[in-house]
Amino acid sequence: MEKTRYELNKALAEMLKGGVIMDVTTPEQAKIAEDAGACAVMALERIPADIRAAGGVSRMSDPEMIRGIQDAVSIPVMAKCRIGHFVEAQILEAIDIDYIDESEVLSPADDVYHIDKTKFKVPFVCGARDLGEALRRIAEGASMIRTKGEPGTGDIIQAVRHMRAMNAEIRRIVNIGDDELFEAAKQLGVPLDLLCYVHENGRLPVVNFAAGGVATPADAALMMQLGAEGVFVGSGIFKSGDPSKRASAIVKAVTNYTDAGMLAELSSGLGEAMVGINEDEIALLMADRGR
Amino acid sequence: MNVGILALQGAFAEHAAMLDRIGADHFEIRRKKDLSRHFDALILPGGESTVMGKLLRELELYDPLLAMIKGGMPVFGTCAGLLLLADEIEGGERCFGVMDINVRRNAYGRQLGSFYTESDFDTAGTVPMEFIRAPYIKSTGPRARALACVDGHIVAARQENMLVTSFHPELTESTVVHEYFLDMI
Repeated sequence: MEKTRYELNKALAEMLKGGVIMDVTTPEQAKIAEDAGACAVMALERIPADIRAAGGVSRMSDPEMIRGIQDAVSIPVMAKCRIGHFVEAQILEAIDIDYIDESEVLSPADDVYHIDKTKFKVPFVCGARDLGEALRRIAEGASMIRTKGEPGTGDIIQAVRHMRAMNAEIRRIVNIGDDELFEAAKQLGVPLDLLCYVHENGRLPVVNFAAGGVATPADAALMMQLGAEGVFVGSGIFKSGDPSKRASAIVKAVTNYTDAGMLAELSSGLGEAMVGINEDEIALLMADRGR
Repeated sequence: MNVGILALQGAFAEHAAMLDRIGADHFEIRRKKDLSRHFDALILPGGESTVMGKLLRELELYDPLLAMIKGGMPVFGTCAGLLLLADEIEGGERCFGVMDINVRRNAYGRQLGSFYTESDFDTAGTVPMEFIRAPYIKSTGPRARALACVDGHIVAARQENMLVTSFHPELTESTVVHEYFLDMI
C-alpha cells in the first residue's frame, strides 16, 4: 500500500506529539528553545504579543531570517503564512520549511478562501475554534490542527473554550445515528467522509495541538488534560522573565501533565510570567480570522 | 510479557496500538516512578531525539534505563529511538551510546525528503517502511548486524538485545517488525 505525501505529512505531526512547539524570532532564541526541549520551532519576525502591540499589516517572515533559524537548530522548523496567501506558502515550500502554519496571527490575505493545501508537498497546520473549522481545514489539506486560542494574550480562556467546543462536538458526532450524519455534515459545512471518520473514531483524523494563550506549565498541562496532543507556546516564553527555565518547565509539564506533584515543582521559582491581556481588554480577536 | 514504552515525547501511542494488535501487554514510562513496574522489554519510539535525550536525564530515567539495556533487556528503537542507542552520531548528541552503529541524523533532509518504500527486512520478507525526517546507519561495527538496506544505506540493525530501525513500522499496517522484536524476548 503506497503512502501518499499527505500521510507522510500527517506522520510528522505524529512525531511532534507530546511536545512543545515554540515561537522564536532569532537563531539565538531558536537555540534556547531547542536546548530547553522544544520538539519544533516556529520562526517568525515578531511574536504575537508584539504583532498585537505594533498593529498594521503582519506578513510572512523574511526567508533569510527563517534560513538563519533553519541553520541554527536540528529540530523541525515551521513558519507562518497569511490565510489565503498561497504565494507566501509557495515561497516557504521553496526554502524547504518543515511545516507551514496558515495562521490567523498574521493579517489575512483573503477573506473568503483559505489556501488549497492539497496543491503542496509541504505540510500545513491550521487553527480552528470548533469541529467545523477543523474539518474544513483538513478538507483543504491541513495535516495538523491547533486550537486558535487567542495569540499574544497570555490568557488561556480562548484556547480552553476552543478545545472544549471541539471535544463537545466530537462527542455529539460519535453519538448521533448513522442516518443523521448527512444532516450534521450539512449543518457543520464539512465533507461527509471526514465527519464519518469522527463518528467512528471519536477524534479528528489528524493530530490536534493547543495554541494561543499558553503562558505557564499549568496552562500547558491544562490543555493536555483537556485532550490536546501537544502545545504551541508563542509569546509565553520569550515575553517572560527567564525564557530558558520557563520553556524547560513547560516541556516537562507536557510530558507529565497529570502529575500534580511534579507540576508544583515545575511551577516554582520561574520568575515573571508574561503580563498578559484579558480577553475583554483586547480590540482585535485574531481567532475571528478565517472560519 | 510486559513492554515498557518510553512516553516522554513522540509517537509512543502508535507502538502501543501495534502491541495491542499482536497481543502484548504494555505501559508508558514517563517518570522514575514508572520504572518500579516489572517489564520484559523496552521500546524507544519516534519523536525528537533531542527532547527525549534531555528529558531522560532531567527526569532521572537515564541511569536506570541504561543499566537495564546493558543488563540485556530487549530494546527496540525506531528513528529517534535508534539515535538514542547509537554510539556515534553525525549531527546529533550521543545518548545511551550502547550500539555499535555510526548514524547520520536527518540524513534525508527536512520534511520534503520524507518518503515511503518497501524493502526486505532480514529473513522476514518485504515490509512497508515509512521514513520521517529519518536517520540512516552509515556503518555498523563488528558487534552489530545490518537487517535492511534502502538505496545503499542501512536502515535497520541488530546487536544482541538491541533492535533499531530508522523507519517507522508502527505507522504502517504490518506487524512483522514488532513480532520480530517480541521474538527477541
